[in-house]
Amino acid sequence: MELLQRFLKGEKPAIARVITKIENGTDPKLLEDIFPHTGNAYYIGITGPPGAGKSSLVNAMVPKLLENNKKVGIIAVDPTSPFSGGALLGDRIRMNDLALNENVFIRSMATRGSLGGLASKTKDVALVLDAAGFDYVLIETVGVGQVELDIAQVCDTTVVTLVPESGDAIQAMKAGILEVADILVVNKGDRTGADRLIMEMKFAFELRVHNSDWHYPILKTTAIENIGIDELVSTIKSHKEYLEKSGKLETERKNKLVIRVNELIEEKIKTHLHEYVIDQKQLKKMIDKAYERKITPHYIIDEIAKKIF
Amino acid sequence: MEKKIRILIGKPGLDGHDRGAKVIAAALRDAGFEVIYTGLHQLSESIVEAAIQEDVDIVGLSILSGAHMTIFPKILKLLKQKNAEHIIVIGGGIIPEEDIKKLIQMGVKRIFTPGAPTNEIVDYINSIIH
Repeated sequence: MELLQRFLKGEKPAIARVITKIENGTDPKLLEDIFPHTGNAYYIGITGPPGAGKSSLVNAMVPKLLENNKKVGIIAVDPTSPFSGGALLGDRIRMNDLALNENVFIRSMATRGSLGGLASKTKDVALVLDAAGFDYVLIETVGVGQVELDIAQVCDTTVVTLVPESGDAIQAMKAGILEVADILVVNKGDRTGADRLIMEMKFAFELRVHNSDWHYPILKTTAIENIGIDELVSTIKSHKEYLEKSGKLETERKNKLVIRVNELIEEKIKTHLHEYVIDQKQLKKMIDKAYERKITPHYIIDEIAKKIF
Repeated sequence: MEKKIRILIGKPGLDGHDRGAKVIAAALRDAGFEVIYTGLHQLSESIVEAAIQEDVDIVGLSILSGAHMTIFPKILKLLKQKNAEHIIVIGGGIIPEEDIKKLIQMGVKRIFTPGAPTNEIVDYINSIIH
């Protein structure tokens, strides 16, 4: 049987193979074939610093999400080494409880050079799981610091996970990661400092200019002991309900499509520039001149731009 | 984008010594492969299911417990049952010479024993995939 048919029937080997093809970009038409089948899944993002317990949180949350015969697809992203191009993908270690569940599909992805906390193909792979009929698509980012915000451009609900060791409220008041949180989780809640961090985060969140009537909950969990997980999952569900009832789900998904289209345009232009416009030999000569301070980098840009405009 | 070689490194069964598996995982990562490490105490079923979902080229099993004559055949059988015989199975561990011969006959592609240099393993993988 053809791959696409087996895929649409939900056969896991076919889903796995379609993901590989999308990830490697070897079959561009495939995305067109599956796209009409997307739009039904609810996308949940889990992000936070390394070691915050993102994978453990996913492992604990998923059984709750599976209730009422739901299916969950998980994408776990880990970093590619910029030096060797290799990657050690270890998120499955924490997701052992889910490995054999027939309603769960887990795929590890390496970032392959992308810096926003996801791989550049993660958005497309999420579409694959959506088309394969998973009710929830969970995306776990690499361990992130302050500015890796790609996750919020894919997910309907973004959960930011911190631990008592993450720092104080001043960290939270800086621009970045907390601005994309729909829900904030302080994991490893049994450790000293958890309650204090929650207090400080509440204060920091109150200072934010709220341009929506969502209340930005702050929750305490201990993922490996399954504490606080029920509340987290029900909070995610009430955020979903909030988005649906307020009509924001549609407007935000449209915004995300705009962002995606812009990204793809930029990618296309970049590839075109490097393949057809920039003459590498000529560029090298100009770089030599710039090194000798005879011309400026901006002059080089103008020279290249002349070929386009 | 170029195709990356994807390898699952698994520690099946009750064997709790994972230093070897970690050394191999790190060496393969440094060789530019994408390595999925699934951790200790894995069921054969979980390893096979993970290998399928991750669409790996190779499964590498580290077995130091002496259970190799049980676990390798089970993994091969499960891969066959799930129509995933295209996934190559290799292994490493303290495995006697005569068992290695039997395992190769069963369909394990290669067994590495203690002392095998990591670059030998890397070269081997490159040679069978490319």
